[in-house]
Amino acid sequence: MLRSLWYSSRVRGWAVQIALLGGLLALLWWIAGNTLQNLAERGIRTGFDYLWRPARFPISESVVSYTPADDFFWAYVVGVTNTLWLSAITIVAATLLGLFVGLSRRSDNPLLSGLARIYVTVMRNVPLIVQLLFWYGIATSSFPAPREALNPLPGVFLSLRGVYAPGLIVAPGGGLLLGLGVLVVLLAIAVVLRWPRPPLGRPGWAAICAGGAVLTLWGMSRALGHPLALSFPEMAGLNFRGGTQLSPEFAAIIFGLTLYTAAFVGEIIRGGIEAVGKGQWEGGRALGLTERQIMFRVILPQALRVIVPPMTSQYLSTVKNTTLAVAVGYPELGLVVNTVINQTGQAIESILVMLGVFLTISLSVSLFMNWYNARVALVTR
Amino acid sequence: MKRMIVMTALCASALALPALAQSTRDTVQERGRLICGASQGTPGFGAPDDDGYWRGLDIETCRAVAVAVLDDKDAVDFVPLTGQQRIPALQTGEIDMLPRTLTWTLQRDANGINFTTPNYFEFTGFMMPRDLGIERVEDMQGATVCVQTGSTTEVVVADVSKKHDLDLSPVVFDNTTAARQAFFSGRCDALITDAGALASVRATMAEAPGDYLIFPATPYVDALTPAVAHGDDQWLDIVNWSIQALIAAESFGLTQDNIDDHMDSDDPRIRRFLGVDPGNGAALGLSEDFAYRIVKALGNYGEVFERNVGMDSPLQLERGRNALFSDGGLMFPLAFQ
Repeated sequence: MLRSLWYSSRVRGWAVQIALLGGLLALLWWIAGNTLQNLAERGIRTGFDYLWRPARFPISESVVSYTPADDFFWAYVVGVTNTLWLSAITIVAATLLGLFVGLSRRSDNPLLSGLARIYVTVMRNVPLIVQLLFWYGIATSSFPAPREALNPLPGVFLSLRGVYAPGLIVAPGGGLLLGLGVLVVLLAIAVVLRWPRPPLGRPGWAAICAGGAVLTLWGMSRALGHPLALSFPEMAGLNFRGGTQLSPEFAAIIFGLTLYTAAFVGEIIRGGIEAVGKGQWEGGRALGLTERQIMFRVILPQALRVIVPPMTSQYLSTVKNTTLAVAVGYPELGLVVNTVINQTGQAIESILVMLGVFLTISLSVSLFMNWYNARVALVTR
Repeated sequence: MKRMIVMTALCASALALPALAQSTRDTVQERGRLICGASQGTPGFGAPDDDGYWRGLDIETCRAVAVAVLDDKDAVDFVPLTGQQRIPALQTGEIDMLPRTLTWTLQRDANGINFTTPNYFEFTGFMMPRDLGIERVEDMQGATVCVQTGSTTEVVVADVSKKHDLDLSPVVFDNTTAARQAFFSGRCDALITDAGALASVRATMAEAPGDYLIFPATPYVDALTPAVAHGDDQWLDIVNWSIQALIAAESFGLTQDNIDDHMDSDDPRIRRFLGVDPGNGAALGLSEDFAYRIVKALGNYGEVFERNVGMDSPLQLERGRNALFSDGGLMFPLAFQ
């Protein structure tokens, strides 16, 4: 009996796996126990109680609202939302710019393809941190002081404090109105597009729909007590007040990271396009399609299969690259974690939070991209 | 990225190393070098000079300990640390002591480090260009303030802004140099840190130091105090009394030049200080003449102060509250017996 168990490859396989897993768990247990003991001996506080104490330190800008009276947990949330915001904008912008760069490199126009090649070479070969510091240097040295701010358009001010522009003030109920507004506009567009032969012809029907949408929105805004308003920046004391601000820190990190990432994205897209056989182009031409149609309807859909897997890694590195924003003073999660460590002294807990957050973001991006990859992958039988 | 690696390494060393059984003094003597945390460059307090030799008030505080333990003021390695790395580095034993413009606060004291003897008393200040015409905190309405993380000043900015309803907008940097450059490029109206460091920045980085004004951010004076890790009381005593030796020497009127003339002093306290009458050294686990050697190598606190940050240095700071108590300051010599 035992003999036959020993020779069963299944049983042996399981036994080895269980032994390995057990060993790994024991190692983790030993490390955790050792850590706690060492921390206790050095008199360092442990645990996550500090999360609910007031953070007391300021954060220069945030997507969600934050004051120093909020707790450490909320400070982390602010860091995470800033990181996500930064990642999302960079990924979308770099993908669009990268597509343009990738297509430009294949262009017949020697000027365009040459410029694209120089761009890719420069961006890929200069360290990202140097690029960020360069853009930040430009943003903080080539503009006038706030009192002599450039005023290219009414209500828009350019200075060392960044760009100030008129902003939307959203009172309670404003979010609801904005959501409804988007819905109504989408509905109106759908109605116009979906009705093949409306009465009064298409333009007339479109005018009726637009008029209806405007009236409905105005009515709702009135019912909610006009929750949306514009605010204009004004000089008060040493700085502008009101309006929306694009800070030099945010501008530098978005600009630098997008330009850097777009070079890699461009190469991935170019590689994907070149991986599609020449016969596809020739087939398209034989059918009388234009070059543009061939590119967007024949080549790109097939290229996606090659593009998506390396693009996933590129997106993941972009998310992780956002931590370099500390160098230019944008408060993403890394900067918040650094500050929390200093204020509380609890380095291990804070680093664990950061690990957990980045793992979650990266796994989510990978899961989404894998799902998308499965959708565009070649179906074989 | 680099600092993340450092942080991870620090964490990892907390995980992996078994607790140290050996005393810090023995470790240092065996190694033959004392390892001190240093700043990333605050001339006057701690920065390498043109020849790469570290100079400054904090640096000499560390050298005093090296003289006491190793009888060599140059047997010290300085590790430049950011504000945020410095405390974990001390807690995990990467450095033996941390003399780095560190404010003595309850939270820090209670959480894994011990403060020794303050070597500098200073308020937290704002520095602003004179042409903005602002000379006190109450007028700073809407000002943008450059802050470096890893210090107590972030909290001061928030507190001051709330207290006077100033609507200050902070721009936070993770390294000292970036915060200072941003200030001088005009990104911020003001720079905040302790006033001694501000004087250092003004003296060394401003094109025209006279164009900048420094004023207190709060009415409170902080004690900048070298710290050691928890768990080694003998080491705490050694660092405490090495710093005390500098202060006590000044109160006795002992200087680098005249100390040899006092070896036959009649004053019993001076005799014990110099180790002529034995007892003090043995109690600390040091040689009897440790205080004599400190003063012989570095001078007294007043000499160290004047050399590094005083009126003859580029910083041109007055002794003020850092004078001896007998001159109206806060430096108080304890009893060497």
